Amino acid sequence: MSAFSRLRLDGVSRRFGGQAALTELDLTIESGEFIALLGPSGCGKSTALNCLAGLLPLTQGSIWQDERRIDTLPPERRGFGMVFQSYALFPHLTVRANIAFGLRMRRLPREETRRRTEEAVRLVRLEDHVDKLPGQLSGGQQQRVAIARAVVFEPSLVLMDEPLSNLDAKLRLEMRTEIRRLHQSLGLTTVYVTHDQEEALSLADRLVVLREGRVQQIGSPRELHNRPANWHVADFMGYRNLWRGRVDRLDGNRATIESSGQRLLGEAVGDLRTGADTMVAVRPEDIRVDGPGETPNAMSAIIEVVEYQGRELAAEARTDTGMLLHLRTEQRIAPGDQVKLAIDPQRLLVYPADAARRTDLPASGSEAAR
Amino acid sequence: MSDAGPGRPLAHWQHRLAERGVDRQLWLLVPALIFVVALFLYPFFYGLTLSFQPTNGGPFSDYARFFSDAYERGTIWITLRIALPAALLNVLAAVPIAYRMRGRFRGKRLVTTLLVVPITLGTVLTAQGLLNFLGPTGWFNRILLATSLVDEPVRLTHNYWGVFFSLVITGFPFAFLLVLSYLSGIDPTLERAAATLGADWRRRFTQITLPLLMPGLATTFCLTFVLAFSVFPSAVLVGNPAGETRVISLAAYQAAYEQYDYPYASAIAMIMGFVELVIIAVVLAARSRFYTGSTGGKG
Amino acid sequence: MATTTEAPPTRPSTTTERRRRITARPAAWIVWGVVIFFFLNLLGVVASVLVSSFGQRWFDTWLPDGYTTRWYGRAWDEFALLQVITVTLQVSVLVVGLSLLIGVPAAYVLARRSFPGKRVIFLVFLLPILMPPITYGIPLATVLYKFGLAGNMSGVVLANLVPSVPFVILTMTPFIEQIDPRMESAARMCGAGLRTVFLRVLTPLLVPGILASAILVLVRTVGMFELTFLTAGPDSQTLVVALYYSMSASGIRAQQSVDAMAVIYTSMMLVLLVVALRYVNPTQLVARVKDEPEH
Repeated sequence: MSAFSRLRLDGVSRRFGGQAALTELDLTIESGEFIALLGPSGCGKSTALNCLAGLLPLTQGSIWQDERRIDTLPPERRGFGMVFQSYALFPHLTVRANIAFGLRMRRLPREETRRRTEEAVRLVRLEDHVDKLPGQLSGGQQQRVAIARAVVFEPSLVLMDEPLSNLDAKLRLEMRTEIRRLHQSLGLTTVYVTHDQEEALSLADRLVVLREGRVQQIGSPRELHNRPANWHVADFMGYRNLWRGRVDRLDGNRATIESSGQRLLGEAVGDLRTGADTMVAVRPEDIRVDGPGETPNAMSAIIEVVEYQGRELAAEARTDTGMLLHLRTEQRIAPGDQVKLAIDPQRLLVYPADAARRTDLPASGSEAAR
Repeated sequence: MSDAGPGRPLAHWQHRLAERGVDRQLWLLVPALIFVVALFLYPFFYGLTLSFQPTNGGPFSDYARFFSDAYERGTIWITLRIALPAALLNVLAAVPIAYRMRGRFRGKRLVTTLLVVPITLGTVLTAQGLLNFLGPTGWFNRILLATSLVDEPVRLTHNYWGVFFSLVITGFPFAFLLVLSYLSGIDPTLERAAATLGADWRRRFTQITLPLLMPGLATTFCLTFVLAFSVFPSAVLVGNPAGETRVISLAAYQAAYEQYDYPYASAIAMIMGFVELVIIAVVLAARSRFYTGSTGGKG
Repeated sequence: MATTTEAPPTRPSTTTERRRRITARPAAWIVWGVVIFFFLNLLGVVASVLVSSFGQRWFDTWLPDGYTTRWYGRAWDEFALLQVITVTLQVSVLVVGLSLLIGVPAAYVLARRSFPGKRVIFLVFLLPILMPPITYGIPLATVLYKFGLAGNMSGVVLANLVPSVPFVILTMTPFIEQIDPRMESAARMCGAGLRTVFLRVLTPLLVPGILASAILVLVRTVGMFELTFLTAGPDSQTLVVALYYSMSASGIRAQQSVDAMAVIYTSMMLVLLVVALRYVNPTQLVARVKDEPEH
């Protein structure tokens, strides 16, 4: 139960009756780190978390806590804390008893149990609700109880399974800060599962992006945000514009692309050859409206749909060549406007298109890639 | 535990089993399995083998004996002639009544509670009550005579009708409560949606509610039929156990406890089970033709 | 909210209500007529037994000549009812206890887990409910007699377990399914072992379900005729079976004392029923149905 300096997952795999849910996950977690497992639903992130918790036996691989192998231990003997998506509070126990549960299981002296429970209650600011039953609390309060219950026995690792997905937007932002604050002030090591890239970027020190049970990329928020390793990750990280294209010319990292009759200049990421099929990825906010006339990647388009989003407008535009673009801008535009658009070549990422899969993706536009 | 190295150990056999959902927790099933094997499957197969070892004659002679004797063979027909109409009536009468009562209204709990009474009383007590109530000098005949609906008492006990009524009294509430619970399992917004699309109540019932209810009705029919098919005490007490209500369970009972011919009794029990399962199989086969998924309600 | 002073929209709602009531009238009359007719007959059935048991003499009249309670005393002595009721209670308690012990763990596994062969096992547990009791009762009684287990109370208990255990499994399964499995995971993540999870988390949450199925099994066992009839000996009869015997030999005893016994049985069942309905929905008495949320 003591703290570790390093937790290592080695080739962790899990299958469900022949169906692979998680394949060969290798990951080293340093003490004190905040790691987010990120991916669309069904990508294996929850499987990974449950394997780590011991709630799901591995099919293959091993988990090492420093020099000790722990994947054969039952969950109650790993000494990890866990916060569940549905909170999973014990409905027949009061808030106090819920939080104290883990301490009671460890048979700590009564006095110490009381003291540490009080402390945890104060930490999540639920002093006024200790004698209530979970059913009498709001969603945010229940969430706080769940977190207090998971951290009160000072676990060497805290696992969180989409803990914010049942909260409304405002509360989600508050709890996000709260979780980060707790992580820092208690010096926790946290593994956090989410499908919300924004949440993961804002919370984690390191992100692990999963897709179809396999790791796609491991990196810092900045790396993932600016340089996704492949177009699937880009798709997931908010590169809403994904266009098929073909490499015209390669000049080091500079690639000239031909995509639905449009010549584009961008940064090559990964292994590209002249003439190869590519996927071009651009974030909506990287498309500028009314850019200066003589830049690369300039195109003229007609605005089709505009959504008001506070400071900004989100819009869909179609170029003369028929390409569909998603963009965000602070300028005032309206449907039917003729606009000039431009994309900084550094922010236009060019990926190799994978050969067999996702051939259903349209040549232009990105509806299918969303 | 055996692999200590950081390499890629082969999947442990326990893990491979766990992957398919087999682990220590399944031991919790063992007492129930022992129970069902010892007290249900074993006796059943014991009876099955016993039925092929008659006291005299070849292995099938007890079955031959049953089917060659018109008095014995007829019990199947007698049982079906009582059980099928009774079960059908119970289910069909339950549908419109449950349909009308499916909403929430004052006294609903009282009505359902009253309906449970005959089920809990059971067939023996119902039989005793029917003898008093429907008998030639009972209140029912008195009312008919007093209102000049009939000139002389109608014979309603110690014949087919006595048994039939006892099956309706215990079977109808059973069917009703089941149908009611199936009906309340259908999301009421479905009917409202149909109404906004222009369907009147008749079409709403026949095109939305009824098709969703059909699987439930089939199940209800099966359970009601099982109750009616195993009719035993009322067939003896309010029926005519020597004649028109000599049901098959009575034949089996007499073979076992009056003639002490256990092989023959087992043979009759097997025939009885077989006939019943055939009818249930037919109904369930018909049921599978309907949509049986979620009906959206809180069922 | 003090500013909302518009009148409630009464008119449209009354018109729709009236229209609905008019179209609903004939169908509603028929339905309620059938229901009332059914209840009147039911009342007649129960009341005629009750009146008869208190009647002095009752031949071919609307009501008995006079009233007395002596038939109850007679029935009590003649049918050795004290012993019969004791046996009934002993059998019921044993059946309830054993079927819970066997059924609840099995229900847990069947509700929570999926494993190869689960459907077959579930079907086998369902069969005793789907088969007429006489069909398996006769072979079962034969086997029990062979091992010297029938003709006494152990036989009655064993035979009654056959439909009771599946019944516990069927009624408990929805209760267990209602409990979020992550509750158990949460307890284990807090350091609770399997045993603690069962005792501290699951059992308290399952109390309503256990209570409900216990009461349902109790009602069914007291009312179970066929299986008890086939396996009981002279001193292990339950109340229904004793009632059946007294009825089928009714020439010997006065009709009224049989009626008195029937009333005793009825009142016992009604007490059970009243108790049962405090904990379960009437529909649950007949089949496995998830509780309708009432609020």
